Amino acid sequence: MSAPSVPMIRQTAGAGAARAARRRRNAGVGSERRPRWLTYLLLALAILISVYPLYFAVLLASSTSAQIAQNPIPSLIPGGQLFTNLRRVLEADIDLWQAILNSVIVSTATAVSVVMFATLAGYSFAKLRFRGRRPLLVFVIATMAVPTQLGVVPLFIVMRELGLVGSLWAVILPGMVTAFGVFWMTQYLESALPYELIEAARVDGASMIRTFWSVALPAARPAAAMLGLFTFIASWTNFFWPSIVLGTTNPTLPVALQLLQAGFFKDIALIMAGVVISVVPLIALFVVAGRQLVAGIMQGAIKG
Amino acid sequence: MSTQTPPRSRRQRRRDARDAAPGADVAPLDERTPRRIGFRQTLGRWDVKVSPYLYVSPFFVVFAITGLFPLLYTGWVSLHDWDLLGGQGEFVGLENFSTVLDQAFFWKALRNTVSIFLLSSVPQVITAIVLASLLHANLRARTFWRMGVLLPYVIAPVAVTLVFSKMFADESGMINALLGQVGVDPIGWHSSPFWSHVAIATMVNFRWTGYNTLIFLAAMQAIPQDLYEAAVIDGASRLRQFFSVTVPMVRPTLIFVVITSTIGGLQIYDEARMYDTMGQGGNDRQWLTVTLYLYELGWRNTNLGRAAAVAWLLFLVIVVFAIGNYLLTRRVAGEPGDAPNRAARRLARRSSR
Repeated sequence: MSAPSVPMIRQTAGAGAARAARRRRNAGVGSERRPRWLTYLLLALAILISVYPLYFAVLLASSTSAQIAQNPIPSLIPGGQLFTNLRRVLEADIDLWQAILNSVIVSTATAVSVVMFATLAGYSFAKLRFRGRRPLLVFVIATMAVPTQLGVVPLFIVMRELGLVGSLWAVILPGMVTAFGVFWMTQYLESALPYELIEAARVDGASMIRTFWSVALPAARPAAAMLGLFTFIASWTNFFWPSIVLGTTNPTLPVALQLLQAGFFKDIALIMAGVVISVVPLIALFVVAGRQLVAGIMQGAIKG
Repeated sequence: MSTQTPPRSRRQRRRDARDAAPGADVAPLDERTPRRIGFRQTLGRWDVKVSPYLYVSPFFVVFAITGLFPLLYTGWVSLHDWDLLGGQGEFVGLENFSTVLDQAFFWKALRNTVSIFLLSSVPQVITAIVLASLLHANLRARTFWRMGVLLPYVIAPVAVTLVFSKMFADESGMINALLGQVGVDPIGWHSSPFWSHVAIATMVNFRWTGYNTLIFLAAMQAIPQDLYEAAVIDGASRLRQFFSVTVPMVRPTLIFVVITSTIGGLQIYDEARMYDTMGQGGNDRQWLTVTLYLYELGWRNTNLGRAAAVAWLLFLVIVVFAIGNYLLTRRVAGEPGDAPNRAARRLARRSSR
């Protein structure tokens, strides 16, 4: 440190400046300082609160119902019944395998289609010129705040007219585009894709769609990956609309959990095993892609 | 590159043309005069003209069918007798609205929703700002801590509720057992209206606090460092720095978070539906929410007309609350402090431009 020592500041600039200097060295300024143990303690507490409910589900899923009834506070060491309970819930009347498959299909289809259409529209809004571009973009942004969930009644009527009630299409179709996705990709491509690249492709004789495919799409990849992740998670955890339109025969995982709760409400261990199954895929995704999620939320926050 | 003279010169020509016409960027590519107008050129020009619309059209088409149309059509349905199975009945005017507004359950649902919303959003925003300011420090293993607070976000509300409703069980729940150990009487987490709201709000907070924390953290990282330096020189304590620099500086983000949590929070459904096995909002409907009531009217009582009326009413409530919260947040976070703070803020505003 080349800065003068605190006593030296006291001598040259007086006691007030020295006090300020000491406070600055000890407390530090903004993000420069290494925080004290209290910060770590509080953060550790926050993470404990984040993790414990999940662990609680694992603990209950690895006990027998008798043990659960006996100890309201589960012991911190899991019991030995986890695999028994997992097998029981997978063999129960409610077809969890089907639900897992359905959730995978719905979430993947939604994520792919949102990314595809949002990138197309975002590219167009960010880099192409056409009449009505501004008002259309404003419209997209305005719709982000509209609670479309409130259109469930007509949406249900429409789906029934189309004969799609009970079909996965009824869940996939309304999720195929999001205003947020379009906005997000527009924001990203505006800064990430230089005009020179597009021009170069055009000069080389590429058609518009070819330009999109070989220039815009590769440039959009980081933002597209994040958008895909968020869409996948939102779709995987979605309950309201699937529970209305899918019914009991063809559930996604959250709907299947509700059916489990209704059918086996006395068998907590079984229900918790279902919870564990529904949660594990996204935890795995989180372990692999958590960094991207954190970065995505923080970037969205700056731009949004 | 320099050997490829023809393309280069062509590009050069184009660039000159663009410079001559400021504001022209991509589309005018093909506006250079074609020497001979053949099929390819016509096709190419159409390509340039039509493609932008083609690319944005999937969004607008799907949104119109699955978003906008249902929202507007809700108004039409709400003016009719409309049975889930029987379909459209006769036109009844505003009768669905007046019936719904006469129902004690509707008002109960509205009160519950607002109560749960307040219990979730206020502590959530406060906790998120505090956590963000902790994360804003120069931490070791910072990605670990950030991911740690975000973890609950990937858990479905349905799963969260199954876990928490067991923890908050009135008779054999963990929370009451823990309270018993410190000598507190068991709380009616399901039977009491207020405490059931607290429990449901806890689940909402569990899932969303970390998410909002990261949004605030991003905002805090954008605060210029000299503001803190100035505050330290003025002798501001860390607490004072937090209230006089950090909070005012994240105000736009605060407004954003409050508005989005208003829109989401007033539509709360999953947690209320799953909090007990019956899914009707409790014996006494003590945690019935408006969206749950909408579901009950439409799909249990098969009265889609009334459900649509509830949807419209909820839409109005959301608009009113979003505007109200916007005004409120602007005032709360923008309370003018003493002169140096105002100067600091002004400085910040100038430097952020």
